[in-house]
Amino acid sequence: MGGPHSRYGLNEEKKSPLPLLGIEFCSSVLTGGNQWPCLILFRNQYDSDVTVWSPQGRLHQVEYAMEAVKLGSATVGLKNKTHAVLIALKRASSELSAHQKKIIPIDTHIGITIAGLTADARILSRYMRTECLNHKYAHDALLPVSRLITMLGNKMQACTQRYDRRPYGVGLLVAGYDDQGPHVYQTCPSANYFDCKAMAVGSRSQSARTYLEKHLEEFVDCDTDELIKHGLRALRDTLPNEVELNTKNVSIGIVGRNTPFKAFDEEGTAQYLRMIEGEEKRGGPPDTTGQDPTPPQPPPADDGPQDPIPAVAMETE
Amino acid sequence: MASVVSGSLCIPARLWQNGPSASCLFNLSDGLADQNTYFAQRSQAPITTGTSVLGITFEGGVAIAADILGSYGSLARFRNCPRIMHVNDNIILGAGGDYADYQYLKDVIEQKILEEECLDDGFSIKPKALHCWLTRVMYNRRSKFDPFWNNFIVGGLQDDEPFLGTVDKLGTAYVDRHIATGYGAYMALPLMREEVERNPIMTKDAAQKLLVKCLEVLYYRDSRSFPKVKLIFDCLMSLQSLLSTCSFSFSPYCQLFYLFLISATI
Amino acid sequence: MSSIGTGYDLSASQFSPDGRVFQVEYAHKAVENSGTVIGLRGKDGVVFAVEKLVTSKLYEPGANKRIFNIDKNVGMAVSGLISDARQIVETARTEAMNYRAQYGSNIPLRFLNDRVSMYMHAYTLYSAVRPFGCSVILGAYEADGPVMYMIDPSGVSYGYYGCAVGKAKQAAKTEIEKLKLSDMTCKDLVKEAARIIYLVHDELKDKQFELELSWVGADTKGVFERVPQSVFQEAEKSAKAAMEDESDSDTEDM
Repeated sequence: MGGPHSRYGLNEEKKSPLPLLGIEFCSSVLTGGNQWPCLILFRNQYDSDVTVWSPQGRLHQVEYAMEAVKLGSATVGLKNKTHAVLIALKRASSELSAHQKKIIPIDTHIGITIAGLTADARILSRYMRTECLNHKYAHDALLPVSRLITMLGNKMQACTQRYDRRPYGVGLLVAGYDDQGPHVYQTCPSANYFDCKAMAVGSRSQSARTYLEKHLEEFVDCDTDELIKHGLRALRDTLPNEVELNTKNVSIGIVGRNTPFKAFDEEGTAQYLRMIEGEEKRGGPPDTTGQDPTPPQPPPADDGPQDPIPAVAMETE
Repeated sequence: MASVVSGSLCIPARLWQNGPSASCLFNLSDGLADQNTYFAQRSQAPITTGTSVLGITFEGGVAIAADILGSYGSLARFRNCPRIMHVNDNIILGAGGDYADYQYLKDVIEQKILEEECLDDGFSIKPKALHCWLTRVMYNRRSKFDPFWNNFIVGGLQDDEPFLGTVDKLGTAYVDRHIATGYGAYMALPLMREEVERNPIMTKDAAQKLLVKCLEVLYYRDSRSFPKVKLIFDCLMSLQSLLSTCSFSFSPYCQLFYLFLISATI
Repeated sequence: MSSIGTGYDLSASQFSPDGRVFQVEYAHKAVENSGTVIGLRGKDGVVFAVEKLVTSKLYEPGANKRIFNIDKNVGMAVSGLISDARQIVETARTEAMNYRAQYGSNIPLRFLNDRVSMYMHAYTLYSAVRPFGCSVILGAYEADGPVMYMIDPSGVSYGYYGCAVGKAKQAAKTEIEKLKLSDMTCKDLVKEAARIIYLVHDELKDKQFELELSWVGADTKGVFERVPQSVFQEAEKSAKAAMEDESDSDTEDM
C-alpha cells in the first residue's frame, strides 16, 4: 500500500482507503436504491468528482448528492386502487418568511413533491412539464407516467457521468395517473427511480417509511380520505416531538381517476388534519410500538449542506 | 431517417450531444445529408401516386379500402403498390398521393411502433394519437413549403370506440364517420352518405358491401383507379386475436385482400 | 493492488506506473457488487436470467427490469448501475434504428456489439467522463443460429456460449461450465438458468430478489421476449426444488 507515488502527502492510514472506510460496502448502492452507507469517517481522495470511481466501485459524489435529499424536509407518497396522494412537510426559513413550496404540478395527471435542492427541482419540473406538453401537442394524449420517469432518469444520468456536471441534488416523489392506474415513483440524484407502492423521502423519513411498511397492505383497498390520513400519520411520525402538523406546514396533493392533480388549499388541508387530530403520535392508531429503528436525529440546520458527517444510511429493510 | 425521427417533432434530442459518440465514427448520413440546405429543392408535385382512399366506421369497427395501383402521371405504371398498413393491434392507416412519401412515413411509423414495443411498458399508441402526430408532421412539412404529398386516413379503435380521421398534405385534419380522399371525395362520399342516411347503424357486412360498391364506381369513373384493391377492417367482431389473412375474388374484375384485425378487449 | 491510493487511479485517462488504468478496474467493481446476471447460448436460442435484488418492500414488484429489448430480435441483460445501463440501452436502440434506416433490416448482432462496445470504450478514454459502471450481455437468434456477446465496462467484448456477471459470477460460471450448452434447447436452458440464479443467490446478504427470465430462439421465431408465465413458473418451481435438494452445497460455492 502507499508506495513512493503518493502525491497528496497523506499520512499512512489515508493511503489505504479500503480498510479505513471501515464498513461493509452494500452491494446495491446505485443499483438497488436507497441504502447509502455513509459512514465516511474522513475525507477520502475519491470523492472529488463525479467521474471518479472509488476502489470499491462507488461514486462518492453521487452518494453525497443523495445526502442532499435527506437535508430536505420529509415528503410522503402513497396510493390506493384509484388515486395517488402526496403529502409534504413545508419549512419556513425564518419567522418572517413564508413556507417553502413543496408540491409542483406537472400536468393534469402528474404532480411531484420534492426533497433536497429546490432550485434543482425547478429545473427538473420544468423539464417534466415540457415533456408532458410536447407529448400532448404531438399526440393529443397524456404522457404515460412511466415514460416520463424513464426520460427523466436518462436526463439525470448524464449528470452523473461527466466532469463538468454535478448530479441533481433532489429527490422527487412523483404521483401520477394514467391508463394503468395510479403511480407513485421515487427518483434519486443517482438517476435511479423506483415504482413504489408507497414511499417517503427527506429528513427523518425513515420513521415515515416504517409506518408505511407497517400499513402497506391497507392502502390498496382504502378510500382516498383514509389514504390521505395514512399519509398524514406517516408524515407526522417524522416530526420532532415539539412540532405539530398544521395547515401552514403541510401540503397535500392528489391525483387519480377523474381527479386531475390538485394541491389542497389550507381549508382542504385543515379538513384532513382535523381527522387525525388527537391520535397517538408514533405508529398510527392500531399500534404504537412501531419504533423508529434509527435514533432521531436533530433536524438539519438550514444553512445549507455541510461536509458529510457520519449519517445514518437509509435502511428500508 | 434517424435524424428526422430524432428531430424537432416529438422525440427529444440526444442527451449526450457534446460528449464522445461512437456513432460519429461510422454514421455517414448525418452531416452529409444536412449540408446542402442552400439550394434545397422542395417537392412541388407528386411522382408516383396512389388515388383515392376510402374509410368508413361501422358498428364496432372501421374499414379502409384502396386499390393497389401506382400511377406515373396518367400511366398505370406499377400494379402492386399496397398503401394500407397495419400500424399496431388497433390502428390501420391508408394513404393516397405520392407513394415514396408514403413509404418513407411508413418506415418512420414502423420504427415508432417498434420503439414502443421495445419499451415493453404496456402502452401502445392509439389511433387518435397517431392521427394527431401525423397532423403535426404534415403541417410541419407544409409550413416549410416542402409537404409530404399524401392524403392519409387513420382508422382504429380508440378505447373500443371506432375512430376514423384524415389528414392531407396541407395539414388539414378532421375526424368523421366516413371519409374518402381524392377522386373518391367526389364520387364515393355521396354514395356513402346516402347509404349511411338510410342505414345509420351499419354492420360490418353492410360496410363491406358499401365499400365494394364505392370501389366499383371509382373503377368506372376514376381513370387512375385499378381493379385490385386492398381493404382492411379493424373491428371488434371476433374474439380471436390472431391476424388472419385471406384473399378471394368477389367479381371478375376485383380482388379483395382481407386483413382482419381483432382487438382482444371486447 | 499495490498502486491503489497512489494518485494514479483517479482518472480514466491516466495509466499507473505499472501500466494499468485503475478507473476502469474500479468500474468493474461496481458491476461485481450488483445482482448476478447470466446468459446461456444453447443450440436453438439464447436465455438470459437475472437476479434482481430488491432492497425495499415498498417497491412495486416487477419494476426496474434488467432485461431490455433493443430491437424486436435483440435482447440485452444488464448488470451494474441500472441508470448507466439504461443509457447503454438507449444507445443500442439508436444504433439498431440507424442500421434499419440505412439497410432496411435487423442489425446483425456482431455489428450491434461492435457499435455498443465502441461506445462504452469511448468512456474509458477521457478524464472528463467516467467508464460505465455496468456490463451488458447481448443476445439474438439469427439465420445461422444463436449469438451472444458480453461487453465489459472497459469496452472489451467477446462472444460466449455461457457467461455470468455480477456478485456471484464465479459460482455461476462454475455451474454453467457443468452444462453441455451446445446440446441444450431453450426449454432446458430456462430451467438451468433459473436454477443457477437461485443457487448463487446469497440469502444472508441480500434477502429479497426477483428472478427475470427472457429468451430468443427458434421457438420464439427469433423474437426476443420474456419467457411466458407458465414456463417461468415451472422454471422457478424446479429451481426452488433443486435448491432444497442441495441446500448445503451452496455455501461451498461461495
